[in-house]
Amino acid sequence: MLKQKLQDVLNEPACATNQAKTTQDRRKGCSAKALVPGAAAGGCAFDGAKVALQPIADAAHLVHGPIACEGNSWDSRHAASSGPQLYRTGLTTDLQELDIIHGGEKKLFRAIGDVIARFDPPAVFVYQTCVPALIGDDLVKVCALAAARFDKPVIPVNAPGFVGTKNLGNKLGGEALLDYVIGTREPQHTTPYDINVLGEYNVAGELWQVTPLFERLGIRLLASITGDGRYHDVCCAHRARVNMMVCSQALINLARKMEERWDIPYFEGSFYGIGDTSSALRTIAEMLVARGAPAELLARTDALIAQEEAEAWSRLVQYRPALAGKRVLLYTGGVKSWSVISALQEMGMIVIGTSVRKSTDSDKQRARELLGPDAQLFDQIPAREMYRMLEAGEADILISGGRTQFTALKARVPWLDINQERHHAYAGYDGMVEMVRQIHRELTNPIWSQIRAPAPWEGQE
Amino acid sequence: MAAIIDHPRKAVAINPLKTSAPLGAALAFLGLDACQPLFHGSQGCTAFALVLMVRHFREAIPLQTTAMTEISTILGGADHVEQAIGTIHQRAKPRIIGLCTTGLTETRGEDMAGDLKLMKARHPEWQDLSVVFAPTPDYIGGLQEGWAIAVTAMITSLVPEGPATPAGCAPAVRDQINVLAGSHLTPGDLEALREIIESFGLTPIILPDLSGSLDGHVPGRYIPHTLGGTRLEEIRAMGRSIHTLAIGDHMRAAAEALAQRTGVPFTLFDHLTGLAANDRLVTLLSEVSGRTAPPLLRRRRSQLVDAMLDGHFYFAGQRVAIAAEPDLLLALSEFLTGLGCTLSTAVTSAPSPVLNRIPTNRLIIGDLDDLEREATGCGLLITHAQGAEIAKRMGIPLFRAGFPLFDRLGAAHRITVGYRGSRDLIFEIGNIFMDHRAEHAPGHHQRHQEDDDEYSIGSQAAAG
Repeated sequence: MLKQKLQDVLNEPACATNQAKTTQDRRKGCSAKALVPGAAAGGCAFDGAKVALQPIADAAHLVHGPIACEGNSWDSRHAASSGPQLYRTGLTTDLQELDIIHGGEKKLFRAIGDVIARFDPPAVFVYQTCVPALIGDDLVKVCALAAARFDKPVIPVNAPGFVGTKNLGNKLGGEALLDYVIGTREPQHTTPYDINVLGEYNVAGELWQVTPLFERLGIRLLASITGDGRYHDVCCAHRARVNMMVCSQALINLARKMEERWDIPYFEGSFYGIGDTSSALRTIAEMLVARGAPAELLARTDALIAQEEAEAWSRLVQYRPALAGKRVLLYTGGVKSWSVISALQEMGMIVIGTSVRKSTDSDKQRARELLGPDAQLFDQIPAREMYRMLEAGEADILISGGRTQFTALKARVPWLDINQERHHAYAGYDGMVEMVRQIHRELTNPIWSQIRAPAPWEGQE
Repeated sequence: MAAIIDHPRKAVAINPLKTSAPLGAALAFLGLDACQPLFHGSQGCTAFALVLMVRHFREAIPLQTTAMTEISTILGGADHVEQAIGTIHQRAKPRIIGLCTTGLTETRGEDMAGDLKLMKARHPEWQDLSVVFAPTPDYIGGLQEGWAIAVTAMITSLVPEGPATPAGCAPAVRDQINVLAGSHLTPGDLEALREIIESFGLTPIILPDLSGSLDGHVPGRYIPHTLGGTRLEEIRAMGRSIHTLAIGDHMRAAAEALAQRTGVPFTLFDHLTGLAANDRLVTLLSEVSGRTAPPLLRRRRSQLVDAMLDGHFYFAGQRVAIAAEPDLLLALSEFLTGLGCTLSTAVTSAPSPVLNRIPTNRLIIGDLDDLEREATGCGLLITHAQGAEIAKRMGIPLFRAGFPLFDRLGAAHRITVGYRGSRDLIFEIGNIFMDHRAEHAPGHHQRHQEDDDEYSIGSQAAAG
């Protein structure tokens, strides 16, 4: 059954990357490259499924496996909740040697019962991991039995780590929502302005930089999938008029299948960057109007965009003098490889290169258009080469994820966190102003001149 | 002696205290110079451990994976191991690879030792590469146990067999001693310990030595593997030392293995926190070196005694709750009860021979949820960073100890060993008690549980 599911997910017809592949390559999965033992980086499918589902804040998330899977990772992301905190509780069957010998199904069943008795959540998500998958624990069956016994939704998330990458896990998480959650409940009422946002996890509260914009336009976020999500909202997601898919590679299967099953049109958009935020809002408005919302929404949206853009640019002006001429190395991926470039350029900054590791062909093209022929589009920069570039002073700041943080810092070069571990929120108009403010703070911090000064003994010997 | 409550029937761990054994093994390997730890498992096994260590140390962590898939697990992963070693050998060029298995590959079951032999025979170009194999299934024990397995493996695979002095072997080095460092010691602790040992004119070989690699320094060039730590030459020379200090009961097996291979006698210390433990250390170092304690240490002892005199008022009668791995729990609980605290709640991660020496009536092998449910009414919680939310919910101050400490700067430099480290620990915890003294306002009287007092009275009587 898992095998069929994998085939299905790996064959995603709506995925641009996938369309370009040969049948054989497609079978290998969604990773940019096949995993090389000894030179692989990144999370597993279980990690990806958890990333996609755990932001459902009022649900319990129970990991069936030995201690490593949950013990080493619980409560490690900053996906914020405006209310319930149960999603942050680490729950695992912590399988021991005897459990492996006798099988873990009974323990899992009791664990589900214990979690329900203790926390009474609206639902329990149960995550499969490699070891119980290997010994043949039937996750789906145990969840079905537990759901019947305890009269509570118990959702099997069948994405053991060894079936593939984090990205594949995101999609398997989406499949669990399709199979067990979405459409299991009806909303109390609907409006012509109901939308879902897919693939926004509210890291550092980024969703909340966008929801006020929705509110001012009268657009209702029926379900956030899954940032600051609530289980019952996700159950009702099938009644939305439009789906916006934020992190395209993660939940495209979910968007496409929701269109197939419930006729919800979707589009791919981003809230990173001023222009992108505007075009996302405009697309939402257009699609809602096409589905029957009053046409005046378009004019209101345009007015809001004009006002917000003007305000954002006027707030950014103050940072220009300090930032103009500074060179940026952008090392991220996906839409972020280009969506923040225009704001940086507007500050007079020079983007010397950007990475297009997880980007689609159209992402690459847009980056190329923005940067001109001189800038480099990197695939992967080996750590040794990146250290050399930074040490040689080829960039004044590295904007990247945690994985390259210390490459920059050890080379005594300013660094800004743009990936999922970040503590600042960079979405929407406010987010872009915040990002520029943080870049300004980092570049103008007084430590840089201090730590680059030679030690007392240097030059004496 | 404590009643030990294990939860064999408990089906779910809620807010785990424990991290995994492979993580502990990797951490130990990170204390070797020019080393690259490698997990034999799915890539997630590595990613989770890596992220947690990066967050704790705020350093890049070299940790690789054999990237096992469903198919390769079923068919057997030896070729993935071979490919991974080849790739690492070619790219990072470490001198040592620390190979740790995981729950995935141990469940499948592989003859890793045998496979490694065959691989080495097939790859003459690996001649100068040492592969140390630590079998660490995720489903047995936690960080401390994995660390212990790795250190024992380092000794059995890197220290040449043979007694220290007879013909054919180089003679013992008169001023050289070994330190087998447990996982409850920080890089800062090891730096302090090295200083103490050197003050007796001795040269320590510390295994593993995180103070060389994860002390947070700026190396000034790009290094793809560990940036310091115990060198291979030092490990090979351990048989020539005159004595071995093993710190932490979980280092006992490693110390025994070393003694068996080389004949170097060892002395085991549970920990080096508090006056008594450090007096024992200084006595031993004096004996081994033939020198009396240097003036600096005498001064520091006096400072510790003074800190105990000044500080004990704030510790006396305080009810403390600790959740930590066995050897850290023993260190902290002996230290705190030695200042007049009562250990009213003790939670640990795994069974250990030291548990019946923890000074409490009731000890739970469990999780942070056990801590939360049992610690009501305590004046202080002690556990790792994951306890922060619990402390906030309970309104009890938290002193962070153990791994991970991702919400503190300088986790690597916290020092709790030696006279000076013990002195500073009194100040740090004493200040927390002082800050929270105001809560004991008029009308706020607390009935202490009789059994706690009985225990401390009983144990004092026994000690007297």
